[in-house]
Amino acid sequence: MTLFEGRNLDRRFGGIHAVRDVSFAVEEGEIFTIIGPNGAGKSTLFNLISRIYDLGGGSLVYDDRDISRIAPHKVVGLGIARTFQNIELFENSTVLSNLLVGRHSRGGPALWQELLFTSAARQSEIAHRERVEDVIDLLDLQEHRDARVGGLPYGIRKVVELGRALASQPRLILLDEPSSGLNPDETEDMSYWIRDIRSQLGVTVLMIEHDMSLVGMVSDRVLALDHGEVLAIGQPAEIMANPRVIEAYLGG
Amino acid sequence: MHVPMKTSYNEDIRLIRQRGTLVWYALLALALLAAPFYLGEHHLSQLSFVGIYAIAGLGAMLLVGYTGQVSLGQAAFLAIGAYTEAILQKAGVPFAASLVLAGVMAGLTGAILSLSTARLAGIYLAIATLAFAFIVEEVLTRWESLTNGSLGILVKRIQVGGFTFDAEWKFYYLSTGLLVLVLWLMINLLRSRTGRALTAMRDSEISAQSLGIHLARYKAIVLALSGALTGVAGALYAHRIQFITPDQFTIMASVELLVLVVVGGLGSLHGAVFGAVFIVMLPQFIVLLRDAFGISSTYQAGLDAGVYGLLMVLFMLFEPHGIYGRWQKIKLYLDIFPFYRKATFRRQRMFQKSEQLR
Repeated sequence: MTLFEGRNLDRRFGGIHAVRDVSFAVEEGEIFTIIGPNGAGKSTLFNLISRIYDLGGGSLVYDDRDISRIAPHKVVGLGIARTFQNIELFENSTVLSNLLVGRHSRGGPALWQELLFTSAARQSEIAHRERVEDVIDLLDLQEHRDARVGGLPYGIRKVVELGRALASQPRLILLDEPSSGLNPDETEDMSYWIRDIRSQLGVTVLMIEHDMSLVGMVSDRVLALDHGEVLAIGQPAEIMANPRVIEAYLGG
Repeated sequence: MHVPMKTSYNEDIRLIRQRGTLVWYALLALALLAAPFYLGEHHLSQLSFVGIYAIAGLGAMLLVGYTGQVSLGQAAFLAIGAYTEAILQKAGVPFAASLVLAGVMAGLTGAILSLSTARLAGIYLAIATLAFAFIVEEVLTRWESLTNGSLGILVKRIQVGGFTFDAEWKFYYLSTGLLVLVLWLMINLLRSRTGRALTAMRDSEISAQSLGIHLARYKAIVLALSGALTGVAGALYAHRIQFITPDQFTIMASVELLVLVVVGGLGSLHGAVFGAVFIVMLPQFIVLLRDAFGISSTYQAGLDAGVYGLLMVLFMLFEPHGIYGRWQKIKLYLDIFPFYRKATFRRQRMFQKSEQLR
């Protein structure tokens, strides 16, 4: 079953045609990777899907529903969570409270109940905390639970950001370069987690990635993008052997 | 150093997280309760002012310290609260209702203001709120039929039923009691979903939004709450001073509240209270300073502004976490004595900072 589909996506920034007529479909339970050289329009594509940018043309279909005009803060409530290329964590808060913000879209008590901290507010806090603890267990973040994010090493922060997206209990997760800035060991851990997310939590993964070994290890299908256009879509091995992809991206 | 062993999720959302500090808060409560027995009129009135400033400071702290929305217009909320209170009291509305209405009025103004400022950030927001404060000040001066213009309004003492707040100690209990209530509400807010949403917006609007936080809505909420708290403080201020004119609510009052949160320590409730104590004591220091240097009192206004500005710059440079930050360092020094090292609190190296989108 198709979970997400981008139809003829298009976006210009002044004279730059960042995304041109891009169409692709992500199946439920799939790990779908977008590759391409710098400036190919990968991150723009993500920002279009998470509605940070408005579409210039085309439409976004998620779960048989057109979400092309939806407000950006409503995207996560539908079950689409994302991470950012340069880590956008709340640096002055603890890991725990970052993950709890991830629960925001799952609702909470009314403002007056929060102000008085009624028992409903307390119950809600504890319920969210339990879900967050599941994520902490999955990603082995126990020892960093109460640490301030600003003081953590880059590799851990990357995992925290993944956890924060998972805390919202998504059906589709968008990972923007999950391995950037990670050393080989951490990259390997990341590849296990990406597969765990899919197999244990049943979350569909759409990611942008440069590390071809990671791409080859985890992806079911790969989309190669260049100058905002789709070069090819297919199995990882197929794409890596595709002469147009090699010319544009992988180098001869 | 004390590392607590936690056995339930409730422990992380308790009002007072560590049992040990409970003793200190109990002692503080006792000292505050008994204050009228060992303090003179003057000191009690200073403490009343601390209460008022701390409530207004908490309003500013919520906005500036927790949500990262710099406001130079807090004086407007203070003025709206004070004038609402004065006018309603003249109309015979009982104090309990007029105090709430003063907060509601200032809060509503804040919410309406946010309609036009929701898309602004940083210096642009500061300028917009500054403009707003000028507008309010001007309206209060010109709308003479309601506000009596620059002649001002006399405000009578607070009366609740047959009880008049006619002695210093009575007002002291009122303002301190209200401060404790406001602190409790603030702690509750900050340990809930809304509080987290606010600090999330401060640190990264883009990821806050992608996690489902409706930025415009939460900016309206925080401006309304901040306005409401400052409005309540304004109402108390009107009663404490007993005479209000528009020129008590100029940009200097806004700057005073900004200095309060910066010097107290951005992003901490302790900071707002420390900052309030500091701001109430400051004029006396300035007078001492003035006399020590033999400066004529005709330069008082310029001297005040100069000292406020200088303090902000010095704190930003040398103690960005304010008095509360310094207090924590002293506490840690004592906790881990003799293992404290110079580098314990050295600031993060720049390469560890990520390149966040702003």
